[in-house]
Amino acid sequence: MSVPGSAPVPPPGGETPGDRVVLDAEDISRALTRMAHQILEANRGADGLVLAGIPSRGVPLAHRLAAAIAAAEPGSGAGSVPTGALDVTMYRDDLRSQPTRAVGPTRLPVSVDGAVVVLVDDVLFSGRTVRAALDALGDLGRPRAVRLAVLVDRGHRQLPIRADHVGKNLPTAADERVLVRLAETDGVNEVRIVRPGGAPTRREV
Amino acid sequence: MRHLLSAADVDAATANRIFDLAEEMADVQNRPVKKLPALRGRTVVNLFFEDSTRTRSSFEIAGKWLSADVINISAKGSSVSKGESLRDTVQTVAAMGVDAMVIRHAASGAPWQAAQWTRAQIVNAGDGTHEHPTQALLDAFTLRRHFRAAANGGSTGTDPFAGRTVAVVGDITHSRVARSNVLLLTTLGVRVVLVAPPTLLPSGVETWGCEVTGNFDAAIAEADAVMMLRVQRERMSGGYFPTPREYTVGYGLTRDRVAALRPGTAICHPGPMNRGLEISADAADAANSLVLDQVAAGVAVRMSVLYQLLGGDDAWVSQGGQG
Repeated sequence: MSVPGSAPVPPPGGETPGDRVVLDAEDISRALTRMAHQILEANRGADGLVLAGIPSRGVPLAHRLAAAIAAAEPGSGAGSVPTGALDVTMYRDDLRSQPTRAVGPTRLPVSVDGAVVVLVDDVLFSGRTVRAALDALGDLGRPRAVRLAVLVDRGHRQLPIRADHVGKNLPTAADERVLVRLAETDGVNEVRIVRPGGAPTRREV
Repeated sequence: MRHLLSAADVDAATANRIFDLAEEMADVQNRPVKKLPALRGRTVVNLFFEDSTRTRSSFEIAGKWLSADVINISAKGSSVSKGESLRDTVQTVAAMGVDAMVIRHAASGAPWQAAQWTRAQIVNAGDGTHEHPTQALLDAFTLRRHFRAAANGGSTGTDPFAGRTVAVVGDITHSRVARSNVLLLTTLGVRVVLVAPPTLLPSGVETWGCEVTGNFDAAIAEADAVMMLRVQRERMSGGYFPTPREYTVGYGLTRDRVAALRPGTAICHPGPMNRGLEISADAADAANSLVLDQVAAGVAVRMSVLYQLLGGDDAWVSQGGQG
């Protein structure tokens, strides 16, 4: 999960040394469209699906996926895949290692009991956020199945977790940062890799 | 935030952060599993030297729903009844390795003292006639919800407190709720009007930065909320007003005054209520009475406060977390 607001981010489009854009707005859009089709294929339609975005950037991604699913299967009732937010802050294993973290909203429009919940996040890295999300989901009910959709999988897992649907596999060095910026939260759609010593970035996990 | 000793410790940004989190915590109250793991492994002691139902139980529930271990110590049935001093009690409890103490005490300033004696984090749950900051937070939280609902169907965009007037009515002298509420509401930009007979106004009230009047009926005409205070007979040694009947006529929220309220004006009371004295049954049970909302908000706001205090890094604990 990306933590917003901790540092200024470079201006959109500006290339600084050690900083490159790996996905632009159209790449992101195409990746989400493909993921929407994959989710429908894996689930054999939209029945029982619930999209749960992990704040902050997982939430707009979940809504974009829901729109892409609706566009992919018009008239099949897929126009209204229940979509919401699942905050995992209080379930994190690193609460004690930093000052009190802000808690985001948890809003799921329907019960998760018996549903196929697709967790949506921007970057999959250590897997710890997803671990926290599974615990958070467990307190809300008992889904029939839980899947994971991420825009970027950058590797370096620390837990036995993998994504079911990936927008882009991005080989990175452990000390690089992957910065996802979305129009809804940042005013621009792009994914960039920032090398250590490059422009200051927000923390991301 | 290290301690919560006074409503003056809370600036507007902190208060709104506490309120925003309390909104999330209120949702937890409606879940089948009312439990969050945020304070797992933390120990919170409720150290209550004075009687309390709602404050103590809501702190206990708040701590437990955040997975903290909560222990209640009350003066009755503890070594306090054998004559142990506040300092010894606080240091004894701290020596057991607790992370936070929620303290209620009849002496004003007791939580400040405790904060000097221990490294545990202190929450003031009411000290004498001085302060009760979590009550002020939950009152303001309840009002924020009410004002938001009143303004354009619950929009979160505008400042719900801007341009609002709250009348705080009754026994200001003995009320820790009044002190904390004045501090917090003023911080939030609310115009506060104190309504009380001169005998129940503390000396120095003119330095509080709010208006003071003896005319309840005039104050009602411009209030967006009336906050009734309990007449604290246990703290009074007589002579503050001639008879209860006369108090009710001048400063009680009677049926006639309820009828004179502007539409949408909220009625608050921190409880426990003296029905028929400072608040009539018509007022307590009116549609715009927020009394039960205040109680419900108590748990959510206290969860939020405990998370703000204890949810982050515990560097100070590893430096030897005891007295």
